[in-house]
Amino acid sequence: MKSRTRTIKVDALARVEGEGALYVQVKGDQVQEVRLRIYEPPRFFEAFLRGRRFVEAPDLTSRICGICPVAYQMSACAAMEDACGVQVDDRIRALRRLLYCGEWIESHALHIYMLHAPDFLGYAGVIPMARDHPQVVERGLRLKKVGNDLMTLIGGREVHPINERVGGFYRAPARREFAEIADRLRWARDAALETVRWVATFPCPEFTQDYEFVSLRQPGEYPIDRGRIVSDRGLDIDVWEYRHHFAEEHVPHSNALHSRLLARGAYFVGPLARYSLNAGALSPIARDAAREAGLGAVCRNPFQSIVVRAIETLYACDEALRLIDAYEPPDPPAADVPPRAGIGHGCTEAPRGILYHRYTIDDEGGIADATIIPPTSQNQAQIEADLRRLVQASLALPNDELTWRCEQAVRNYDPCISCATHFLTLHIERA
Amino acid sequence: MIGVGNAYRRDDAAGLVAGRRLAEAAAGRVTVREAPGEGAALLDAWEGAGLVILIDAVRSGARAGTVRRVDARAEPVPAGFFRYSTHAFGVAEAVELGRALGRLPDRLIVFGIEGKDFTAGVGLSPAVERGVARVVRRALAEIDAAGAGRGPRSQEG
Repeated sequence: MKSRTRTIKVDALARVEGEGALYVQVKGDQVQEVRLRIYEPPRFFEAFLRGRRFVEAPDLTSRICGICPVAYQMSACAAMEDACGVQVDDRIRALRRLLYCGEWIESHALHIYMLHAPDFLGYAGVIPMARDHPQVVERGLRLKKVGNDLMTLIGGREVHPINERVGGFYRAPARREFAEIADRLRWARDAALETVRWVATFPCPEFTQDYEFVSLRQPGEYPIDRGRIVSDRGLDIDVWEYRHHFAEEHVPHSNALHSRLLARGAYFVGPLARYSLNAGALSPIARDAAREAGLGAVCRNPFQSIVVRAIETLYACDEALRLIDAYEPPDPPAADVPPRAGIGHGCTEAPRGILYHRYTIDDEGGIADATIIPPTSQNQAQIEADLRRLVQASLALPNDELTWRCEQAVRNYDPCISCATHFLTLHIERA
Repeated sequence: MIGVGNAYRRDDAAGLVAGRRLAEAAAGRVTVREAPGEGAALLDAWEGAGLVILIDAVRSGARAGTVRRVDARAEPVPAGFFRYSTHAFGVAEAVELGRALGRLPDRLIVFGIEGKDFTAGVGLSPAVERGVARVVRRALAEIDAAGAGRGPRSQEG
C-alpha cells in the first residue's frame, strides 16, 4: 500500500474550558504522532502564592477556575488544616460537602448539556441543539442553576464563593435558609434522573480501554471531600504519600505539566474512575439509575462518561438533600487554626477528578512553597493515549468524521485547560 | 442594564464601569446588574425585563474606544465579537441560545466598546474611558426613547 500522510488538526478546540489544540499525524495506516497542545498562557499561581499568608490560599487558588472554585478552596483548606494539625468537626465537614454538591451539579450539568451532548446528537453546539430540543436544554439550564444557587446560598456567590475559610466558614446558614433550595433540589433530582435516561439513549462508540483508574475512597461514602488515594491496580495511599507515587513532567507542546504514576505511567481521574472504584457507595437511587442505564460496576468506555456524569449529578442532588435534612449549623462556624511550621497535603474530588494541593508554611503561616496538581494535568497523557488508539481504530472514517470523533473523545474528559496551565517551569539561559 | 466584564482585566471592565455610571445618571429608572459574562447566567439576568441594554468590552480589531451597537432582536450578535470567555460560552452565545429558546427580552440592545489592554490590573485606557462616556449617553437616549415611546417600563427582573 502506498504510504500517505494524513493530518488531523483542530487549531482551537471548542466546548472545552480554556485554549487548546489538537494535532494527529497518520502515515499510511499508522498513527505517528498525537499532541493535545495546550497553548493557553501559563498562570504562575504556585509562584505567587509564595510569601502569602496560609489563610489566603483558599481565596487565591479558587481564582484558578470559574467552574470549580470550590474544589480549589476545599483542597487548599484541607492542606492548610493538615499542615497545622487541625481536624474540623463533622458539622463543618458536612456543610463543605453540601457546598461541593452544588459545584458538582452546576459543573456536570454544564458539561452534559452545553458541551458534550451536541457531540452525540450531531450538532455543532448547544445553540442549534436548543432549536430542536428546547425543553431538554431548558432542563439543563435549570438544573445547572440549582447547583449555582446552592453555591450562592452557602458560599455567598456562585462563582468564586467567599464564605469558605481555613477551618470552616465565616458564617453558617440557619436551617430554615435551606427550605426553598431543598424544594428545588427535589425537582433537580427528578431532572437528573431524566438526564440519566436521556444520555443513556445516546449512540456510543465501542471503545473499551484498559485504564488505571485513580480516585479518592472513603469507607461508607461516595468520594467528594476526603479519602485515601486508590487505584484498581493496587495503589492505596494516604494523601501525604502522593509525591512518592506521582510525578509531573513538562512536555514541549503543552503549557500544562503531564502527570504520571511513577510505577506505571498514564492514569485516569474523574467521573469514570470515581464510579468504577466506588459504585457501591452511591445512594440507592443513583445505583438503580446506573443499573437501568446499563452500566456495570466498572465502566471502561470513556464515551460513557456522559452517563456517569449524569449519575453523579443525580447522586449530588440526592446527597445534598440528605445533608440538608441532617443539617445542624456548625457553631462556631470555623475551627481555630493557629499556624505552625510544616507541610500540608490536601486532596478532594473536583468535578473532573482529584485535585491535589501541597504547601510548606513557616511558623507564622507564611507560604514557602506551593504545589497544585489539577485533574486535567493528570488526564493529559491518558487523553493522548485515547486519541492514538481511537484514530488507529477509526482510520476508515473520512477526515471530518474522524476529527469530530477526536474532539468528542477529548471532551469525554471535560478538560479544564485554564486549570491545567497554572504552572510552568521557566528556564532562562544566558550565554 | 447589564454590565459585563472582569474588574481586574483593565479594559475588560468597560461594561462594568458603564453600568455604574448609568446607575448614577438614571437613578430610579434602571436596574443595573453586573455579570462576569458566563452565558447561562445572562439568560437569568434578563429574565422578565422589557428593555435590556447589555454593555461589554469588545476585541474585534477596531480602534480602541470604538462603540458598536447591535439590536439583538433584529440581528445576530457576531460570534467572536466579545472578548472570548474561558467558559466557551459568553455573551454572543447567550444571546443566540436565548433566541433559540424564545428567552430574549422584548428589546435587547448590545453595546460593545472596543478595548485595547486586557492584561491583569485595574483602570481603563483613556480611549476606552471616552468610549464608556459615549455609551452611557447613548444608553440614556435609548432609555428616554423607550420611556417616551412606550410609557414607563419596569426593569425589574
